[in-house]
Amino acid sequence: MPHDPNPVAVPSDPVPSPVEQAVRRALAAHGRLAVDAADVASTADLAALGLTSHATVTVMLAVEDELDVEFPDAALTRSTFATVGSIAAVAAAAVATQHVAVGVSA
Amino acid sequence: MSAPVLERPVPGTVDGDRFATRAAAVAAVAAEHADAVDREARPPREAIAAMKAHGLLAAAVPVHLGGEGATVAELSRIATTLGAACAATAMVFAMHHGQAMALWRHGGPSDGVARVVDAVRDGALVASSTTERGIGGDARRSTCAIEATPSGRVRLHKDAPVISYATEADALFVTARRSPDAAPSDQRLVVCLPEDTTLVQTSTWDTLGLRGTCSHGWVLDAETDADRVLRDDYATISAQTVLPVSHVLWASVWLGIAADAADRARRTVRKQARASLGSTPPGALRLAELLVDLQGLADAVRHAAARYDAVADDPDTLGSAGYALAANALKVGASERVTDLVTKALRIVGIAGYAASGPTSLARHLRDAHGAAVMVSNDRLLHNDAELAIMAGVLL
Repeated sequence: MPHDPNPVAVPSDPVPSPVEQAVRRALAAHGRLAVDAADVASTADLAALGLTSHATVTVMLAVEDELDVEFPDAALTRSTFATVGSIAAVAAAAVATQHVAVGVSA
Repeated sequence: MSAPVLERPVPGTVDGDRFATRAAAVAAVAAEHADAVDREARPPREAIAAMKAHGLLAAAVPVHLGGEGATVAELSRIATTLGAACAATAMVFAMHHGQAMALWRHGGPSDGVARVVDAVRDGALVASSTTERGIGGDARRSTCAIEATPSGRVRLHKDAPVISYATEADALFVTARRSPDAAPSDQRLVVCLPEDTTLVQTSTWDTLGLRGTCSHGWVLDAETDADRVLRDDYATISAQTVLPVSHVLWASVWLGIAADAADRARRTVRKQARASLGSTPPGALRLAELLVDLQGLADAVRHAAARYDAVADDPDTLGSAGYALAANALKVGASERVTDLVTKALRIVGIAGYAASGPTSLARHLRDAHGAAVMVSNDRLLHNDAELAIMAGVLL
């Protein structure tokens, strides 16, 4: 498991959350970015770094797979996939919702 | 590169839809109880209560009568949202509005009618009795007749093969001949309140699908005030309101069934895609194909809804052969397509869709969908169309 957030590139967020780390792994494996996903600032515009709509779908599926969640329909907008931070925020909310749902049904 | 795949509007959350939030809230209640309603063939009482609480049954009451004045286009969206959650609930919503709209469009100014409008504005649920045993499913003929009583009221006796959700209704709209010596097609619509009506059950609605509409058979005896007979004759009410509105709203419900089936298919394909990241799973092509057909149905339904709103106050157009053909075409076409769409979704989902229960089961959807072609028989409508087709073509 890569635990090596670049402290120079992301000084404002030296210890990424597990969800953000999952997002970065998915971007590295499927994002086809022009740069290393580990070095991307959490607020950087991913489209400008080469993330296409087609690759976005695979990145989302990879995040869903790793975190065992589903992005809700209402979150499937361009703004959700604008930055590492925005993807992580939606994924984290989905994780929280999932846990609530599991708690209710248990 | 733009991302069109990420811009799909979420049903019921279209910007500016003033009923979307309330429809979604009722749909959540309806979805929670949908399987129990289906299994037990009992009325969707929780969802009916939620529709009342959120004002959905009152939605179409005109603004000048204290309501929100929902258009048929708006009712269509609500019906679809509900249909995706629980088809029985959505059919109650659709059947209610098909009748309730007759009140202010055809009721006239009598006190008796005005009091029923007030009741609907406050959430009353309207059911209807339009078919009759011995008539063969034709709503445009009656044996039952309005009889004057010595005390100046009116009396009815009707042997109804089906009255949907009769036990839950706050008012029953009943077709009957104008008088005991009137012709079978010379009908009026009479509002019967539960306290003025006796119902004796004659058959039980134990069906393949739409089990929660509880469309049991009843013998109805009612004595009501003479000013609770709507002003217009039923031929006019049927042609201008009940038939076209019902066809649009029923088709909107079926669209909801098909849309939820497609969502379940998408969930399945998405799961497959997660398991083979980077390659498109075979089901995705079938899903794309399904969405072509579903979009066609959605466009047909919403266009028909908007067309009704555009001519709602134009009796000549509503009474034309071309409009009647178009209204029937929506019903016949949509009812055939909904079973086809759910069947295609079933092929995509596979065995988990064939399962009787579970998050991607399509068993209830498929059973409910088959009700579309038999509730008001497509063959009867096509038989009516056959005469009209000699006179008029399609609306282009």
